[in-house]
Amino acid sequence: MGVVLDTISFNKYLKELSEKFKIFAPTQKKGKGKFAETDVVAYSEIKCMEDMELKQKSYFSPKEILYPIRETLFYFNGDSSEVPSLDDKPVLIFARPCDLNGIRRLDTIFLKNGNNSDFYYKRRRDLVKFIMIECTEGFDTCFCVSMKSNIYNEYQAAVNFKDNQLYMKIVDSALETPTIKASRVIDYEPGFINSNAVHVSIPAVEKVTKEIFNHEIWKEYTSRCIACGRCNTSCITCSCFTMQDVKLSDNNEISERRRVWAGCHIDRFCDMAGGHTFRKENGERMRFKTMHKINDYYKRFNEHMCVGCGRCDDVCPEYISFSKCINKLNTIIEEDNVCE
Amino acid sequence: MNNAYLSIPYEIVNIKKETDIDYTFKVAYKGALTGGQFMEISIPGVGEAPISICNFDDESLEMTIRKVGRLTEELFNLKPGSKLFMRGPYGNGFDINLFKGKDVAFIAGGTGLAPVRKTIDYFIRNKGEIDNIEILIGFKTPADRLFVDDLSRWSQCAKVTVTVDKGDENWKGETGLITTHIDKLDLTKVQKKVAVVVGPPIMMKFTTLELLKKGFKEENIWVSFERKMSCGIGKCGHCKIDETYVCLEGPVFNYTKAKDLID
Repeated sequence: MGVVLDTISFNKYLKELSEKFKIFAPTQKKGKGKFAETDVVAYSEIKCMEDMELKQKSYFSPKEILYPIRETLFYFNGDSSEVPSLDDKPVLIFARPCDLNGIRRLDTIFLKNGNNSDFYYKRRRDLVKFIMIECTEGFDTCFCVSMKSNIYNEYQAAVNFKDNQLYMKIVDSALETPTIKASRVIDYEPGFINSNAVHVSIPAVEKVTKEIFNHEIWKEYTSRCIACGRCNTSCITCSCFTMQDVKLSDNNEISERRRVWAGCHIDRFCDMAGGHTFRKENGERMRFKTMHKINDYYKRFNEHMCVGCGRCDDVCPEYISFSKCINKLNTIIEEDNVCE
Repeated sequence: MNNAYLSIPYEIVNIKKETDIDYTFKVAYKGALTGGQFMEISIPGVGEAPISICNFDDESLEMTIRKVGRLTEELFNLKPGSKLFMRGPYGNGFDINLFKGKDVAFIAGGTGLAPVRKTIDYFIRNKGEIDNIEILIGFKTPADRLFVDDLSRWSQCAKVTVTVDKGDENWKGETGLITTHIDKLDLTKVQKKVAVVVGPPIMMKFTTLELLKKGFKEENIWVSFERKMSCGIGKCGHCKIDETYVCLEGPVFNYTKAKDLID
């Protein structure tokens, strides 16, 4: 059903929802920016509309709600182990279509890749419902249209914030509260962006040959990339992690196993005991990430991993642009084909 | 719902010193296994690592482990009767049906012998199931040799060549890199001969190139990869090469696939 709300009734609606859900949305985090006394836009729990930041793109994606930066898997106590319990209050996330499509990629890796579902991801994911934030304008670095992730239709509700009015489409009756039922019914269908300022042309999977792996293009990134991993941590679809054990008692009886985010750009990602490693050069890491996002994942799951949110471009301290990298790669591949 | 990350304690029943830095840990274990598969083993509070299974029977499994990192360092302090935490098995391993009735050369470098040991041993014990078996193994020095008892037992009924990079005053065997001993294999039926190559990345690279030069067909060569892995179940991303997850589709690959995997 479609309804129209003013901000007062929307806040009333959020209050009603908060009885059943923990609500997450992009917010301005005061003083949490890169520089002193600057803010950062990131996801956190909200109570009212004034908590939400809807004019800017969030610096971090909503992935940490489903997949925390650091998560305790279990505690060892002697020979037994104990899995920490999870707050089972359902979660509601306000997110744009690119991020919702990104979460679908996370679902694929954690729930469908291999024969095992990821226990920890699944138990959080099962609690989550989404309210899609209508996004028809995008931001400077977005290229969701090229990545075919500008449209998302599996939301439980959609919302458009316009001229102090909110237009909502509620699909899931669990999100229909008394305020919604008392609101004016209208026809509302969320729109989607159909052109970004940035366009990318993705090389056809069958044209990406082994030769491109050793191409000069990657060498530039060896000198530019500083392996800080910001592109990995800001990416909605980067899902890699490393195990970490921590001793919690002097006699070694109690300890904790956790997993922490890892990134293919960061040193030691491939290090094995004994000194073997792979992809020492930062350019090789750029090649690995690029291929994963626009080639390898596609071969496995028939859609590209990258959703074109552009956050990796926003956060890179060396001004490396992923969209430019994709376009450069495509030009090289197309030109090589012409030459043949 | 099944939590695949939980690690379960198993009793260490025996620890055998192979070299100063390689010990074989025998652990009480019941369950179906395939040679070349691996377990995620751990010591609580220290860490977890993938280790290949080098031998097993109905009651136990064995893993030969080199002291090279933080976890393995701690492992060497364990005694029989201690608990080793494990989860698995993971990976495809060597399907023995691939080798039945064939003329097979097993070529291993150093600890690369561990993942292929069970498969070799199977065919030594069941020689009727294989047309011909040859074994070519390289170690750094005589002191680095693994499974010395197995090597002498195997050599009673199969052609076993052991070479070391550098011999000592007592060493009477072969010396030099594995690639220089490929000629010693029976290559009369090289078009049909099967090779299994396991070892450090550089050894596998040059050995497979040498085999191809000698006339081996790509589809008759099998390799096993070693990579960093945190999960073993296709989630952590560390072992991914192109669209392939070593933990899921490997660690054993046919060369036709392996040659196109670029880290």
